[in-house]
Amino acid sequence: MIEWVKKMFGGPTSSSTAKERLRLVLMTDHLALAPDIIENMKRDLVDVISRYVEVDREHVEVNFEREDRALAMLANIPIVNVNRPSPPPEPAEPQVAHAVMAASGPPPQRRRRRKKPAQQNPAPAT
Amino acid sequence: MHQPIPHEEAASAVKLGRAIVVTSGKGGVGKTTTTANLGTALAQRGASVALVDADVGLRNLDIVLGLESRVKFHVLDVLEGKASLDDALVRDKHSETLVLLAAAQSREKDEVDTEQMRALIQSLRERYDYVLIDCPAGIELGFRNAVVGADEAIVVCTPEVSAVRDVDRVVGLLGNRFKPQLIINRLRPQLVKKGKMLSVEDVNAILRLPLLGVIADEPEIIITTNKGEPLALRREGETASAYHAIAARVAGEDVPAPAPEVKESFMEKLGTIFGGRRA
Repeated sequence: MIEWVKKMFGGPTSSSTAKERLRLVLMTDHLALAPDIIENMKRDLVDVISRYVEVDREHVEVNFEREDRALAMLANIPIVNVNRPSPPPEPAEPQVAHAVMAASGPPPQRRRRRKKPAQQNPAPAT
Repeated sequence: MHQPIPHEEAASAVKLGRAIVVTSGKGGVGKTTTTANLGTALAQRGASVALVDADVGLRNLDIVLGLESRVKFHVLDVLEGKASLDDALVRDKHSETLVLLAAAQSREKDEVDTEQMRALIQSLRERYDYVLIDCPAGIELGFRNAVVGADEAIVVCTPEVSAVRDVDRVVGLLGNRFKPQLIINRLRPQLVKKGKMLSVEDVNAILRLPLLGVIADEPEIIITTNKGEPLALRREGETASAYHAIAARVAGEDVPAPAPEVKESFMEKLGTIFGGRRA
């Protein structure tokens, strides 16, 4: 109780400051010690973005910056070309749409029926 | 001694004791004091114990044990064949089953050959139930030489940001082979209670290691170190008991990990109340 009153009026204790500093410094340490993980993350990041826009893989920069209370990842990914909007990869998209619909409650029957032929349509075209 | 022999050696007649390195990364957290007290506590339980000071160039373990005047030969003398292991092992003053292999004082860490060190620890394991290796601070060659012959590790950490960070690094370097266990040293329960020191939970939320026990920052540790009589020679007292409990846990006994409690006098309680109101 007394501790609680103290914390109410006294602000953060020095041990909570120590805890916070430790958390941040260890995150930074672990990142610095795992260059392969960062390389993999960079590659995956670029792969995902490349699905939508064309990027300059040679000049991708990923950095980590420590601010006062947080660690931030800053990615600089130069875009060389923005392709005309095209249907994203087929197998992924209908599933996502379906999942979103399912998540927002049972869809009305009529709509679901219309969606199904729409899924099948692009398949024979390609 | 008639200790149970580890499973893999049960078939052969060769005894194989446990080689445990006591390490921390950071200097000054109490590795040497912990090694001396844990070794003493294990010996008080009747186990045969060899303490090896692997801090070549900065010999300290002999001082903490009060054996400085008995040291005639050191680790490097043995490795270089200038002395036999028997000649170099110093019998402890207080504990019959405890011996010390001192570090070289006027030599450099890089004069120790890693493979020779491994062989030395192995031959000690064949003769003693426990071989405790007091590791130097740092993560360079001295660290590698100290851990090479060990198959278990005890990491000593104080509740400070720098010490926790270094232990985190050392545990990463050790890898899984050593099954590192944690001793939190120099805890001041009163400061923890006031929110002025990292708590055992704070430290281990980050390190996530099996906790052997917690040792409070008590003046009697300094006093016993001054005298060269490890505190664990005593049977009574909270801190001495904590060392004995840690030794029991190392030996595989299912006793609770010792944790110091806050002792508050009446005046301190009053102070807390008024301090709380003022804050």
